[in-house]
Amino acid sequence: MVGIERDDGGVEMSAVPDEELFASGHRACPGCGEALAIRHILKALGKNVIITSPTGCMEVISTPYPETAWRVPWIHVAFENAAAVASGVSRALKILGKKHVKSVAIGGDGGTVDIGLQALSGAFERNENLLYVCTDNEAYENTGIQRSGSTPFGAWTTTTPIGKVKRGQDRPKKNMIAIMAAHGSPYVATASVAYPLDLIKKVRKAASIEGPTYIHVHCPCGPGWRIDSSKTVEVAKLAVLTGMWNLYEIERGESKLTFKPPKRKPVAEYLKVQGRFRHLNDEETAKIQQMVDKECKRIGIE
Amino acid sequence: MSKVCKEREKLLPGAVIVEPGCSERTETGSWRSQRPVVDEKKCTGCMICWMYCPDIAIKKGKPVKIDYKYCKGCGICAEVCPVKAIIMEQEGKK
Amino acid sequence: MKQFITGNEAAALGAKLARVKVVSAYPITPQTVIVEKLAEYVANGELDAEYVMVESEHSALSACIGAAATGVRTYTATSSQGLILMSEIMFIASGLRMPLVMANANRSLSAPLSIWNDQQDSMAVRDSGWIQIYCQDNQEIIDSSIQAFRIAEETLLPVMVCFDGYILSHTAENVDVPEQGGVDKFLPPYKYPYALDPEHPVTIGAVGVPEYYEEFRYLLQEAVLKSKEKIVEVGKLFGKQFGREYGLMECYHTGDADVVLVVMGSLSGGVKDIVDEYRKQGLKVGLVNLRVFRPFPAKELAEAFGGAKAVAVIEKDVSMGSTGGLFLDVSVALANAKKAPLLLNFICGLGSRDVTAAQIREVVKSAVEAAKTGEVKEVVRWLGLRETMVGLK
Repeated sequence: MVGIERDDGGVEMSAVPDEELFASGHRACPGCGEALAIRHILKALGKNVIITSPTGCMEVISTPYPETAWRVPWIHVAFENAAAVASGVSRALKILGKKHVKSVAIGGDGGTVDIGLQALSGAFERNENLLYVCTDNEAYENTGIQRSGSTPFGAWTTTTPIGKVKRGQDRPKKNMIAIMAAHGSPYVATASVAYPLDLIKKVRKAASIEGPTYIHVHCPCGPGWRIDSSKTVEVAKLAVLTGMWNLYEIERGESKLTFKPPKRKPVAEYLKVQGRFRHLNDEETAKIQQMVDKECKRIGIE
Repeated sequence: MSKVCKEREKLLPGAVIVEPGCSERTETGSWRSQRPVVDEKKCTGCMICWMYCPDIAIKKGKPVKIDYKYCKGCGICAEVCPVKAIIMEQEGKK
Repeated sequence: MKQFITGNEAAALGAKLARVKVVSAYPITPQTVIVEKLAEYVANGELDAEYVMVESEHSALSACIGAAATGVRTYTATSSQGLILMSEIMFIASGLRMPLVMANANRSLSAPLSIWNDQQDSMAVRDSGWIQIYCQDNQEIIDSSIQAFRIAEETLLPVMVCFDGYILSHTAENVDVPEQGGVDKFLPPYKYPYALDPEHPVTIGAVGVPEYYEEFRYLLQEAVLKSKEKIVEVGKLFGKQFGREYGLMECYHTGDADVVLVVMGSLSGGVKDIVDEYRKQGLKVGLVNLRVFRPFPAKELAEAFGGAKAVAVIEKDVSMGSTGGLFLDVSVALANAKKAPLLLNFICGLGSRDVTAAQIREVVKSAVEAAKTGEVKEVVRWLGLRETMVGLK
């Protein structure tokens, strides 16, 4: 993989490849955070890949028969088995001696964190040579905004509605980075669509490592998060600047921050711009602040 | 109505699609209710808007050019432009 | 070369001779020996393949699809609960027209849990679009396994080779094992025409929007029905090369039979003995041992029945809420026939309940009675049932 890093470890935008491996005409909502992530991920990977997607937003909007937005080989089988299919792809590539082609699975949070977790765990336990990227829009958005294991605490979804007795998601987000690192993966990292150069650098690094690697990308969803389509990047940025989403990597067990917000903003700034958090009272917001403070302290962000 | 690939007439086993990127036949620009307009004098060619377009509807250059065939009018480009060179206008205006 | 091997060993040998390149392995009784044997072959270097120890049967078939779509020959095996867990992917595999081969050691279905033999498992997935071949002995297992790869790859359809758990899977018989050279000649190198390859990017598994979905399901049905011809062709070619020819079914004394019995799988051995017994007594009884259940050879079966007055379908499964599954298809085959025989259904052998000579004689008696009186008193009967336990007596 050709490096696009500057001497200071940053990435030069002018070095980001021009080639578009994800085509226009896909049916994603205007401003879709996941579609943006796919575009960046494919730029990072180049054409020598075989992509496996589970069922989800990206699979549905990118391949309405007879059209496809993919300019790389791509396969979709079912909802919960992307990592298993990608394992089969990886083994076949090994047999065929195609060392320059990488098996990459790209799945949403539903198909990764919930129903896809068994296959993912199995693939990582077996040390399969594949990269798994989770594009996380924090709910089962494709089926109409239902809660997933990745829905953040307090969020409205159609299955965690705001009522008299219950008020939104009452569980914290599943910590996928910790889970995949615990499998002994040589490289796991978080990323964000608002930080595409960081994302591209991480994807290239993860793809170049032999073995099971994992990247979790934070992707806002306009309809699901109740934000205007134009605010996708701004909201993703706010997530990082408030510590609600942190950018770090764990390489062979060594954790390293890849971005430290200069002065962490209060979470309220992130929450108040999204309709899915509009119902939160001061007590609930304070609870979320507490959770974020704890997590930031754990990974070394003040 | 979307124009479709020539593969429409050739149903391959398992519904395999062999023409990469043929989603381009569908011009999603028809979805727009607002359109981005680039102030060519203000544009510095920084490419930040190009980077953040989910629909690959911005062509690199100074100034950048919007591909109205596909632009869905999401407005991200107008939001992220550091010099506010892009304004969102109502579709069908003028 | 003759080897004294179990059905599981025969299946594993078949896959080894076919030079499969990716094996997805998950254990389940009574098929486990297949994946164990393949592990041995790979560990010894006898089989040059990637051995993927998946974490479930669902993932087993998923990994096979990934590998097959990328361009290599794959194999997996399962039974019962594993087959049902896998079934989501089975329907997808046929819809995607993946040339896969799988062994299924027939075993009963929970609940209650049963590790023992019957054919409820493969019967439960008969709608999945897979070709289903049933073996009556271990020779057929190895022969049908080898043929399965050619059938799958030339029809672009997945094939399952079924054989009775324990009765065949764990019982050793003398098997003439084909030579590697012969199998290499018989099986051309694997080729999937739309392989995932950066040089020619394809999209596999698109959304079947309403404008196209029905057409693709029609095309799949057409392919499965048409595969009958390929199965026969491959069976003939196998015969030419190895001296044992295979077809859709085996007809035993059906030519002039008044009463015809229909079975699938290992039952046929014992039933043939009963047929011989009755023939010696001058009774015109015949047997059809159905080898290919999907696609269902309705026309050929109806022809095999000839002028028989009664047909008794003996099977180890039930389509709950209706009759035996095989019986349903046989009935359809004879629907609208100008002169159809009377039909009787016998459910037996569930959970390895012994199917005895006495039970088969009961079947013949009932069928003969029906043929004589022109009436069927009880369409469906269960054999070997402890009737006092269920209040029938």
